[in-house]
Amino acid sequence: MTTMTTGEQDAAKSVTFNMSAAVSNTAQRETIESKTDGIRHVLNVKMAIRNLNFFYGKFQGLHSINMGIPANQVTAFIGPSGCGKSTLLRTFNRMYDLYPGQHAEGEIVMDGQNILSKGIDLNMLRAQIGMVFQKPTPFPMSIYDNIAFGVKLYENFGKAEMDERVEWSLRKAALWDEVKDKLKQSGMALSGGQQQRLCIARTIAVRPKVILFDEPTSALDPISTLKIEELIHELKGEFTIAIVTHNMQQAARVSDYTAFMYLGKLVEYDHTDVIFTHPDRKETEDYITGRFG
Amino acid sequence: MSLYQRRKFVNYFNLTASILTTLFGLFFLAWIMWVLIVKGAQYIDLSVFTQITPAPGSEGGLINAIVGSLLLTVFGIVIGTPIGVMAGTFLAEYGKGYVFAPAVRFINDVLLSAPSIVIGVFVYEIMVMPMGHYSGWAGAVALAIIVIPVVVRTTENMLLLVPTQMREAAAALGAPQWKVIVLVVYKAALAGMVTGVILAMARIAGETAPLLFTALNNQFWTTNMNEPMANLPVVIFQFAMSPYEDWQHLAWAGALLITLFVLIMNISARSLLRGHK
Amino acid sequence: MSTPTNTGDASASYYERARLWGLWGDRLFKGLSVFFGLLVLLIIAGIIIMLLIGAMPALQQFGFSFLTNAEWDPVNDEYGALVPMVGTLVSALIAMLIGVPVSFGIALFLTQMAPDWIKRPVGTAIELLAAIPSIIYGMWGLFFFAPFFADHIQPWMTSNLGGIPLIGALFQGPPIGVSMFTAGVILGIMIIPFIASVMRDVFEIVPQVLKESAYGMGCTTWEVVWNVVLPYTKAGVVGGIMLGLGRALGETMAVTFVIGNAHNLTWGLFNPGNTIASTLANEFNEASGLQISSLIALGLILFIVTFIVLSLSKWMLVKLGERQEGKKT
Repeated sequence: MTTMTTGEQDAAKSVTFNMSAAVSNTAQRETIESKTDGIRHVLNVKMAIRNLNFFYGKFQGLHSINMGIPANQVTAFIGPSGCGKSTLLRTFNRMYDLYPGQHAEGEIVMDGQNILSKGIDLNMLRAQIGMVFQKPTPFPMSIYDNIAFGVKLYENFGKAEMDERVEWSLRKAALWDEVKDKLKQSGMALSGGQQQRLCIARTIAVRPKVILFDEPTSALDPISTLKIEELIHELKGEFTIAIVTHNMQQAARVSDYTAFMYLGKLVEYDHTDVIFTHPDRKETEDYITGRFG
Repeated sequence: MSLYQRRKFVNYFNLTASILTTLFGLFFLAWIMWVLIVKGAQYIDLSVFTQITPAPGSEGGLINAIVGSLLLTVFGIVIGTPIGVMAGTFLAEYGKGYVFAPAVRFINDVLLSAPSIVIGVFVYEIMVMPMGHYSGWAGAVALAIIVIPVVVRTTENMLLLVPTQMREAAAALGAPQWKVIVLVVYKAALAGMVTGVILAMARIAGETAPLLFTALNNQFWTTNMNEPMANLPVVIFQFAMSPYEDWQHLAWAGALLITLFVLIMNISARSLLRGHK
Repeated sequence: MSTPTNTGDASASYYERARLWGLWGDRLFKGLSVFFGLLVLLIIAGIIIMLLIGAMPALQQFGFSFLTNAEWDPVNDEYGALVPMVGTLVSALIAMLIGVPVSFGIALFLTQMAPDWIKRPVGTAIELLAAIPSIIYGMWGLFFFAPFFADHIQPWMTSNLGGIPLIGALFQGPPIGVSMFTAGVILGIMIIPFIASVMRDVFEIVPQVLKESAYGMGCTTWEVVWNVVLPYTKAGVVGGIMLGLGRALGETMAVTFVIGNAHNLTWGLFNPGNTIASTLANEFNEASGLQISSLIALGLILFIVTFIVLSLSKWMLVKLGERQEGKKT
């Protein structure tokens, strides 16, 4: 996996909200217009989604989605169930490709490449775009091996290096102190919240560029949920994060940007505080105020 | 009798009959086991495990048949299991993309109960006739054909029990599908898949019909799979149907051995699955 | 702790290798599994083709009369399938007459009556009946059941049922115990676990609310079973019965032990007889020429008949399963 150069990292960290004097010279730069201050924000966009349509067989699940996922920020997707938010998330790592009959049209550009194009090596793509699922899914192996599994796929590590990577990722996932004495035990034996943090550790261990969270706390208790949310907040320093959640408070707490989706369409996309305080669209307002039918 | 009384009577009558039918089934199990243990234990001694099958009227044992049965069973499993596992994997993991997958599933279930003697005839035609002689290999292939549908069925069922999210989680790390299946899905389904193999082993250990025209029998000691091979079921068949009492005694000893083996396999398969759940 | 960094060029080539392993490994693994999936179809096709090829000489020689000819005469090289076909059907029919009601009773007991602590051991015990090798049934049948039957049950049946007009002739025959009827009874016992476990499984899927609403109207347990459970699971029950029938038709060893292996066609069920499978088991190894071809033709008939029966069984069970799926969504 290629590492980000220092320059890239710096650029990614300092997301600038300048007037859009700068011309987007690469596919990475997209603009988001915010109505509150009436200015166009040039963001360092990790993924640019253009005119994305998605089909389950004949049924169209997503309708011409256009948006940018800003680098090193947390972008939340909210909306009623069936609105297509999970579907959208699953196009980012082409998870839908596992199932015959599902296909996407349009473009999702990351690092200058359209990840929807035919020639993309899906395994490589997914190694760069990690995903954490609704229910914790530890593999039926030890805690250590759960993490080593993904790392071993593409890195030729010796024992010491692997140990180091395992510890690093477990620390990142705030799980190290709880499991450091039982790395050889089965990952299935952990509590639900710990399992989910193990899954996060497993995901960041392969050092992806983007991490997708698909309702990561919906199966967890409030305390575990809180821990995961803190974690997400910390991770955005190093990773670009997209999270689907049905919990609006969660979106408000963890995200920098929020996209509201409805019936397979992107209704509104803006700074999280804008979405939650001055939504532009009636549907958005109805949804966040709980008046949704 | 009032209508209500008649209804009650019919109810009690039928429920009693249902208990009786259960006892009927259990009775035969008990009877068969009792006979086997009484008759078999009587004739099991050391020579059964040390000497080869005798001519009528002389001393002997079953060791060549025991070893032959083990060889045939092991090779039947060794040939049949990978085929069954891969075909079961096809149905569970790739089946959705192929129009003929339902046909494979359907045919497999038919094959599961197909008469085993016909499988013996089939292998006779494709192996014994071209080779010109009966052989252990032919017997092992016939048994493998019986193993395949059992393993396909359990493999598919067990793989389908593995949550889809587990596969997605592994794929999301960038694992190619074959690694997802081999390293994660198989691992999660292992206990169930092993159960299937054990059940298949139990099934073929007692199979006689498909061996009659393939491995046949051999009154001498051999471990050469290219020759006709002695095996417990066929020896039991031949000895039990013979008029010689000492042969019949050995048949009982063999019958007990084989039944014990089969039942132990069965029960351990069940407890393995239960322990896993 | 700082972010670990990747090592240089060595790791890049490893990365590329891993990538190719993924791509080609996927193709190879998928190809293999598709191939072995197809192999299942090839096996069944191979069986049918090989049986057809082997049976061809006999079928050409005798044509359709093979099915209707009762002769089986190795001396004059004349063969007909009628007797073993009838024997197969009759023994299977007797087996069904015993196996179906008993299996139904057992399934009823296990699903509607038995407390949990009885359910599992009894269910397992019944399933173990299926695990006992058929050769064991044969030995037990020959040495214990047949003599017992000849001494205690057959005389009673002959004297009590033998006089009934029309069906009385069925209960005639020598009191030797080795007969079509004994074979049928043992087959009946052997198929119990197969039918019973299918019935038990399908009875278990009846939604509790359905049963409760019937109980709520004051139905007795039997009425619930007869009016709710059975109609709901009809397809599955028939599927289970067909599965048992398929098993009974093709069973070889147990039958070979106790049926007497006589080639004759009589009304008396207490006479020795034979079935397709037992004829094959007895004669195949000593046969040659036209006889072996005729035996293979018998095998072909058996395979086709069981194939049809088992297909129907499977179809019924799939139908019930699909209805279940429909209900859930």
